[in-house]
Amino acid sequence: MKLTLKIWRQKNPNEKGAFVRYPVDDVDPEMSILECLDVLNETLILRGEVPVAFEHDCREGICGSCGFMINGVAHGPERATTACQLTMRHFKDGDEVVMEPWRAKAFPLVKDLVVNRRAFDHIIEAGGYVSVSTGQAPDGNTILVGKEIADQSMDAAACIGCGACVAACPNASAALFTGAKITHLGTLPQGEPERERRALSMVAQMNAETFGNCTNIGECTGACPKEIPLEVIATMNRDYVCASFSRREDLPTPVLPVATGA
Amino acid sequence: MTLDAKIPSGPIEQAWAQACFDMKLVNPANKRKHSLIVVGSGLAGGAAAASLGELGYKVKCFCFQDSPRRAHSIAAQGGINAAKNYPNDGESVFRLFYDTVKGGDFRAREANVYRLAQISGKIIDQCVAQGVPFAREYGGSLTNRSFGGAQVSRTFYARGQTGQQLLLGAYQALERQIHAGSVTMIPRTEMLDLIVVDGKARGIVARNVISGKLSVHIADAVILATGGYSNVYYLSTNAKGSNTTAIWRAYKRGALFANPCFTQIHPTCIPVSGDYQSKLTLMSESLRNDGRIWVPKKKGDTRLPNEIPEEERDYYLERRYPSFGNLVPRDVASRNAKAICDEGGGVGKSGLGVYLDFSEAIGRLGEKTVRERYGNLFEMYQRITDENPYKTAMRIYPAVHYTMGGLWVDYQLQSTIPGLFVLGEANFSDHGANRLGASALMQGLSDGYFIIPYTVGNYLATNKFAKVDESRAEVTEAVASVQQKTDKLLSIKGKRTVDSFHRELGKITWDYCGMARTAEGLEGAIGKIRALREEYWQNVTVPGSGDDLNESLEKAGRVADFFELAELMCIDARDRNESCGGHFREEYQTPEGEAQRDDEHYSYVAAWGYRGDGAPPELTKEPLEFNYVHPSQRSYK
Repeated sequence: MKLTLKIWRQKNPNEKGAFVRYPVDDVDPEMSILECLDVLNETLILRGEVPVAFEHDCREGICGSCGFMINGVAHGPERATTACQLTMRHFKDGDEVVMEPWRAKAFPLVKDLVVNRRAFDHIIEAGGYVSVSTGQAPDGNTILVGKEIADQSMDAAACIGCGACVAACPNASAALFTGAKITHLGTLPQGEPERERRALSMVAQMNAETFGNCTNIGECTGACPKEIPLEVIATMNRDYVCASFSRREDLPTPVLPVATGA
Repeated sequence: MTLDAKIPSGPIEQAWAQACFDMKLVNPANKRKHSLIVVGSGLAGGAAAASLGELGYKVKCFCFQDSPRRAHSIAAQGGINAAKNYPNDGESVFRLFYDTVKGGDFRAREANVYRLAQISGKIIDQCVAQGVPFAREYGGSLTNRSFGGAQVSRTFYARGQTGQQLLLGAYQALERQIHAGSVTMIPRTEMLDLIVVDGKARGIVARNVISGKLSVHIADAVILATGGYSNVYYLSTNAKGSNTTAIWRAYKRGALFANPCFTQIHPTCIPVSGDYQSKLTLMSESLRNDGRIWVPKKKGDTRLPNEIPEEERDYYLERRYPSFGNLVPRDVASRNAKAICDEGGGVGKSGLGVYLDFSEAIGRLGEKTVRERYGNLFEMYQRITDENPYKTAMRIYPAVHYTMGGLWVDYQLQSTIPGLFVLGEANFSDHGANRLGASALMQGLSDGYFIIPYTVGNYLATNKFAKVDESRAEVTEAVASVQQKTDKLLSIKGKRTVDSFHRELGKITWDYCGMARTAEGLEGAIGKIRALREEYWQNVTVPGSGDDLNESLEKAGRVADFFELAELMCIDARDRNESCGGHFREEYQTPEGEAQRDDEHYSYVAAWGYRGDGAPPELTKEPLEFNYVHPSQRSYK
């Protein structure tokens, strides 16, 4: 197949970016879109041009490194598929494929298709854990977790932190990401003692990072490569509201958000 | 040089408890005065950084990705072993120990493996407490399954994403310590050299991959948990960024590299589809629990798998290994697939593939149960190949997956450089010549959560640490050598890309130091690698500059190290005149074509020392003693 890749090129956050069109011949339908970028980059390097920067690592859909907008859709047209597993058979000969980075104030651009997603780490840092130090654990089977509960928790825990939810949301909200962690831990008995504190701290950090508000549009779950259900946002809201009443006195102080240049 | 593994004397059951008691402790109030560097944030590194932070040490943790959660441990699918014996099927610490030593083809250190089996249960407890959503029975207790090479069900799992869930557990514990201020996380930063002062590891030189800036980090001890080096083969199941640079620089600074040729080929990966292929995708070997492996009896049979009647299929693993069948260890399964394909019996366009068939399992268990067990793996297969495994047999082929070799460490996980500790896949210690399925996660977490917090404390308590000034010659020399290498790579401006060299290097390594090796082939490979390396330093082209995000430059440095490592792997493989585990030398096989060990001459760990560029490396042997598991010919018949 012959395709045209229309890619957002931007050297760094301070310089202006622009779309550049690159024709690519010999696109094999079996290759992934990242492999298609590899092929393009090899050509660019041999021509003495700077290759397209894009984030990637495991290339099997689990590390969450990759991801950009493909024809306006986060990770491209395939349901439940990260960019690294999106094969070119989903495009037709002669197609133009537009690639641009996640766009959100909380994800400042680094270069070309690469953005800074440290804000997600900050949200986890704020409380996305069970406070148990190494060595404190009782025998695994002393904590019984019903299969349905474990499955529900696992559905939320499957989040790979890629940022597609934020990119897909017209408000650039991180509610699905934050809700997924709150639900993963809060559903389990192990996460119960800190449930309220966790919701307060994580939501406070999410807001501080300049992510937008959730208005229940649902684009996030549609774009999510792991199909995290929208219910996690409801769980987050419920936990947050309950906690706001019962723990008004200990509202957390967020760490310095990414968008302020920290 | 002689190697002292520092294995405690006395019965193996008490060795670790005795070692823990013998270790000197650091007073709680003094812990915050000690600084530690952890390189890598996977299961071993993340767990170590979190646990050391909890103890109160001042920890800096580095990863080259944008977040510690990206480390490649995340991609492990199948599960994690533990000697819990929840299913009441005969599991015990001794059995897990026995299986691991035997599975490693008697090339691992008994005491280390025993400790691993002892600690295994605590790992599960810790992960459960952290909120890892392991699979459960309806009654709420933890579920187990059996996994490649094991006759008991000792594997704990979280769907097909066990590595992800365990890593997120460690990552969350790490983030908690970052929040507490005990760990400073430094992402997007790659270690490029080790700083050794007065014979002790005292710091690293690192490069920020966004700004290109080099920085010096000084500490009282350095812990490397940087994973394996499968990417020396170019095509492997490792993440694209996985590399050998950190341990290779440590090797060049004096740490010994043990058993570099022990690499593991995973039997169940999706076959290569074309020249553009950038990596291989693994399908969890748990698939072998219910899937049956076969090829058509007639060579070159072009019928679809469903059209081939039962009696015209060769279920070759079940035929050759009736008691283990499709569950033989990885090395045996891989070698058999290669042998069948080499004889022309393979399937698929390239002929490099065998069928993994679930039709019998779907008939027996129903599609629903199969979907519950393997749903996400089937989806992944379909996504990549556009074929539906519920309807047609999958095609699989072996791929490089794990490296048992790594930096030599003693029982304390300390390398031959005092103060340099090595954890997880980056060390050589526990898997011998072949790792069993679901053992990597166990080892990474055992090293990180439960061993290093003790052993590093002992090191800190028994040594004095003078302040290291950054103007010291050892520091400035290390920085200068890193800078020089970067400048050199940028200045060559040749005609070939880094990837084209890497692909060619990978092909040589795969052809001659892959699943089957010969002395002659290895000899030739060494020459080919040297010639290609020479061309690399004359003719590689690295675009862009050193002062911004430049992936080509990062890759160029890593590939330069892979060249040197590949040569050492071939030297090691050529030197080991026997077959064992993943190291199969065609000259040494039993009449049935199984690996033929030579315990009389090769029951040792081969630890190689660097003696300068161009000089042959020096071999030091650590003899292996087997007092508990008597070496026998592995048989899975």
